[in-house]
Amino acid sequence: MKVLVAVKRVVDANVKVRVKADKTGVELANIKMAMNPFCEIAVEEAVRLKEKGKATEIVAVSMGPQSCQETIRTALAMGADRGVHVKTDAELQPLAVAKMLKAIVEAEKPGLVILGKQAIDNDCNQTGQMLAGLLGWPQGTFASKIDIGDGKIDVTREIDGGLETVSLKAPALVTTDLRLNEPRYASLPNIMKAKKKPIEEKTPEALGVDVTPRLKTLKVEEPPKRKGGVKVASIQELVDKLKAEAGVIQ
Amino acid sequence: MPIYQAPVRDMRYLLHDFLEVGRYSNVPGFADVTPDLTDAIFEEAAKFSQEVCFPLNQSGDEEGCHWEKGKVTPPKGFKEAYDAFKAGGWNGLTCETEHGGQGLPNIVGLPFMEMMISSNISFATYPGLSRGAYEAIKRNASKELKDRYLPKMATGEWSGTMNLTEPHCGTDLGLIRTKAEPQPDGSYKITGTKIFISAGEHDMAENIVHLVLARVTGAPEGIRGISLFIVPKFMLKPDGSPGERNGVTCGSIEKKMGLKGSATCVMNYDSATGYLVGDLHKGMRAMFVMMNEARIGVGMQGVGLSELAYQNAANYAKERIQGRSLTGTKYPDKAADPIIVHPDVRKMLLTMRAFNEGARALAMWTALHADLADRHPDESVRRDAEDLLALMTPIIKAYLTDMGYESINWGVQCYGGHGYIKEHGMEQIIRDARITQLYEGTSGIQALDLVGRKLPQHMGRLLRQFFHPVDQFIHEHVDDAKLGPLVMQLAKSFARLQQATAWLAEQGLKDPMQAGSGASDYLKLFGLVAVGYMWLRMAKVSLAKLAEGDGDKAFHQNKLHLARFFMEKMLPDTSSLLSKIMAGAEPLMAMDDAAF
Repeated sequence: MKVLVAVKRVVDANVKVRVKADKTGVELANIKMAMNPFCEIAVEEAVRLKEKGKATEIVAVSMGPQSCQETIRTALAMGADRGVHVKTDAELQPLAVAKMLKAIVEAEKPGLVILGKQAIDNDCNQTGQMLAGLLGWPQGTFASKIDIGDGKIDVTREIDGGLETVSLKAPALVTTDLRLNEPRYASLPNIMKAKKKPIEEKTPEALGVDVTPRLKTLKVEEPPKRKGGVKVASIQELVDKLKAEAGVIQ
Repeated sequence: MPIYQAPVRDMRYLLHDFLEVGRYSNVPGFADVTPDLTDAIFEEAAKFSQEVCFPLNQSGDEEGCHWEKGKVTPPKGFKEAYDAFKAGGWNGLTCETEHGGQGLPNIVGLPFMEMMISSNISFATYPGLSRGAYEAIKRNASKELKDRYLPKMATGEWSGTMNLTEPHCGTDLGLIRTKAEPQPDGSYKITGTKIFISAGEHDMAENIVHLVLARVTGAPEGIRGISLFIVPKFMLKPDGSPGERNGVTCGSIEKKMGLKGSATCVMNYDSATGYLVGDLHKGMRAMFVMMNEARIGVGMQGVGLSELAYQNAANYAKERIQGRSLTGTKYPDKAADPIIVHPDVRKMLLTMRAFNEGARALAMWTALHADLADRHPDESVRRDAEDLLALMTPIIKAYLTDMGYESINWGVQCYGGHGYIKEHGMEQIIRDARITQLYEGTSGIQALDLVGRKLPQHMGRLLRQFFHPVDQFIHEHVDDAKLGPLVMQLAKSFARLQQATAWLAEQGLKDPMQAGSGASDYLKLFGLVAVGYMWLRMAKVSLAKLAEGDGDKAFHQNKLHLARFFMEKMLPDTSSLLSKIMAGAEPLMAMDDAAF
């Protein structure tokens, strides 16, 4: 079974993000970038499936500027076999990404598509669901366990009440949650090998997708600074404050 | 809790902007050293060092190594980290491809080594020693020995050690007593005691390959009668796998000031089977080839630990609020200003950083020449590179560790009393760093090597590899509008270095005590000028980057600030060093030995 993994290049999780002076977005110039942690989990899962003999080939897909190829290389160093890069400098929103992924899925015909449940830059948590919808495929989101059976894929999902297991008919789509696995460090020999693995370049136009943003960003602002707290003398005082000042309970 | 982020940005700059390694793509192994590959390697190496090695740095220091009945156990977590290191293939970074390594040059290996040192110097000792042993075997041993040992050493499955020192001799290895008796099968029986053997015994590798200096029965006296042997911890079975235990045991481990996660062993050889490496009685020569690399590695320890100290001290100075700026409140929203506002704190931090980045550049520049000496197709290029490497090696070893230690001391100073307590991890860096000025030849020995051996070698030929490019750079850039003022600073110090060199050559010829008394000051003077030259060249690169509109403006601006700080606040020390050198031997030798 071929597995397709989507990987997004985002600001590194350790970087303190700053809003641009003109409030049009966050500062990205000379900021350390890395693979979205949920996408890392997706790649790791695919590599484990391949090691278990459940997957035959792993294709890593990323979309965005030239530098996205570094993120694809990271996936290749972890164990993916080849990459697809949809090169564009345009702002990409989840629907556009889902449409382009759909076109790639139709060409590649994987048995399983794995995505991170969300990206840590904008936390949209939409692309996987949109892609499953567009493809008309079953989806198992927020996965903490994936079991590949004969023609079906059991996905244990993290939901508010606990865990839920759904059984999907392949081909299917899965989005990863934090506890699905712990991504490996890429080994040096694999980093060297990744350099020689192929990355195919595509464009939104060639995929026939109009990526024009459907949403407009009006303004990006930093959250208000936290104000200093106060110590309360008793639980009663705390409850009173929660009612009267914070208004969070009645 | 201490912090550490590998300085990947600076490493990238040094490799691709400063050294412009792309220019050397005709040198074997360099074609692979592209920015995208080194980025990928350094980023992953940074993750490994920060997330695997660094968390064991303080705990390893606290726990130390354990010795029980000859068995040595490194601190908790070290074995798992070593397994991860092996599994990641990191041990083979600069090993030959024919042994399963990646065959990458030193200029890629050195930044990785720095990260390992900064994140956990004790842990780094184990693969560090293996690396030295690998290199010594590779360059000297027969094909048969290489085939038997090197592939397993390249993967890290087997580790290595260097056994030189004995209880009664360290610097003067001509006194070695460990003996080697020839056996009918061509092997030798080795008997004797070696001390201060880093990584001499531990449970992290399947086998340990000891390289031992010993004297074959009937060999000439002194240094010309020393041979080098491989003595494996476990004898190899016919299929090459470890079998019977050989006659080598660890008698004890040292209790010491720092570097506590690294086992410093007393090794007892009792008719242990050994195999001759290289030619009979030529052990010192075989060892010395490896020692250049080891000494650059130790110099890098000075830089790596100073980097760790700087990052923490800078962080602390920005967070610790205390008093107000001399010119009035700078941070009105805080109860007091962070101590970074004070000129004296800034001076300490800038001294550290200007040293770190300048010394890193010097080490990388030297490592490039080590690579060229090894790999360049043109013989004259190889010879020139070898000359520079030989000249710079004692300077890298002594200046970078002496200054590294001084720099770490400034780091502790930034913390006030908090630098002295264990919690912040600063005092550990001091303790760990102290050894770097001592092992692989003390700083004083390096100074004698520089003045007594390297300066006169081939009628002063080695010096040309440094003096000519510096002289040329000064002449070409002294009229440059932006670089000129910095060039003038270097020119003054360079003149002092030339003056000191001439004085030492002239006086030293008449009276060796004159040379001996000025040696360590001369080495420091040389070190300052060498780092100054690096700063000039970095300033030139960064000015050009700014002029062409490089996006990372702040990075290059900082380089210019630091270059200026170095030239104006550090380099002028050359003046007092020159005075001290020219004061000669008399003030040192006048007092009677008995009066001490």
